[in-house]
Amino acid sequence: MKSIWEYANPKKFIETSQALLPWVTGLTVVCMVVGLVWGFFFTPDDYRQGSTVKIIYLHVPAALMAINGWFMMLLASLIWLIRRHHVSALAARAAAPIGAVMTIIALATGAIWGQPMWGTWWVWDPRLTSFLILFLFYLGYIALWAAVEDDDTAADLTSILCIVGSVFAVLSRYAVHFWNQGLHQGASVMRAGALAGDTEERVSNVFAAPLFLSMAGFVLFFVALVLLRTQTEIRARRMRALMARERRG
Amino acid sequence: MIALLTRDLKLAVRAGGGFGLGLAFFLILVALVAFGVGPESALLARIAPGILWVGALLACLLSLDRIFALDREDGSLDLLATAPLPMEGIVTVKALAHWITTGLPLVVAAPLLALMLSLPGEGYLWLFLSLLLGTPALSVLGTFGAALTVGLKRGGLLMSLIVLPLYVPTLIFGAEVARRGAGGLSVEVPLLLLAGITCATLALLPFASAAVLRVNLR
Repeated sequence: MKSIWEYANPKKFIETSQALLPWVTGLTVVCMVVGLVWGFFFTPDDYRQGSTVKIIYLHVPAALMAINGWFMMLLASLIWLIRRHHVSALAARAAAPIGAVMTIIALATGAIWGQPMWGTWWVWDPRLTSFLILFLFYLGYIALWAAVEDDDTAADLTSILCIVGSVFAVLSRYAVHFWNQGLHQGASVMRAGALAGDTEERVSNVFAAPLFLSMAGFVLFFVALVLLRTQTEIRARRMRALMARERRG
Repeated sequence: MIALLTRDLKLAVRAGGGFGLGLAFFLILVALVAFGVGPESALLARIAPGILWVGALLACLLSLDRIFALDREDGSLDLLATAPLPMEGIVTVKALAHWITTGLPLVVAAPLLALMLSLPGEGYLWLFLSLLLGTPALSVLGTFGAALTVGLKRGGLLMSLIVLPLYVPTLIFGAEVARRGAGGLSVEVPLLLLAGITCATLALLPFASAAVLRVNLR
């Protein structure tokens, strides 16, 4: 039986991800285009929110990936610390900027939605604030990767930072909740009965299907980008090694 | 461990700038905020707990790079690493020394500065207590940041970027205690949470700090 750790071999990883990438990319395009076009043009306006409700098709998936991106980095960091697979460390490094951008998208779309709905671009609401803090954690993580010269040292340091940061990100999330009860509605997408009964405060059926599609699209988009960026990192490192060898002559 | 602690304390006192600098910075910061928002005492009284907490946090941050940088430059950090003391012990003592030289003076000075900001009478005790409980967590977290960036040439700014988000929960609960205390409300919940954060960071974070220090000394 093949072990999953085979893919820790960079060559094997590149081969496999090379084969997977067209499929993932294709699915991403299909899901995102169908989900977003359906969402933007073929769903009715909400009776209270008008057409601004449609920003949900960008906002919710981006927020989803902002959090799960960090989670993926945490897993990759743990794998690096425990099993010392370089591909894993590089995947964590590759995921960080994507996660940071997702956080920005979530914050920006939220602000654009919040302006007409709440009458303000920004409030110190728990969810908004925790996302801002998450963004700061992403920045610190990326900056640390960039600052340390030795690759293995950088991987070790950032992995530990990622673990400590995860604890504090969760802690901040609850602390912020304590600090200020907010305006932001609760997560209504996955709530029980969201797809069936007609309860209050949930995303209704008409909006749910395209929303799930665009969420799937964002997940696949994230996977495709991480695969691609990890390949790039592996190749860049290989190139540096070759150049160093050549200099030594 | 005690020898290391006394050594660090002596160095801080004799080399100058250990005790005094953080305090002076704290004083300047409070004065600057007063200049910034105007001399109206009702407003100052309302924001005093927050200012004092943020001030303590920044004063703490400013002195963090001293924890390991000097020892690394003259090689004594390598000696410490080869000493029979476990690395976790070293970082704990370092954090303790940092707290005694920076955190404790801030805690003692804070009520005085609160007086300048005309904090209401009920607030002093809670401000003092919250800082007393919270500043050790700031020192321990700061030691982690210092250990993380000890190998870098210009690590100061990067360290702030990494450490400040870690300070968020401590700041929230600490300032909340002081604010509720000043307003005459019940402080029990945030006080307990603050104590919990301090205990947890004290118990767990030295392992992370020691791990990153080992990586950096490799």
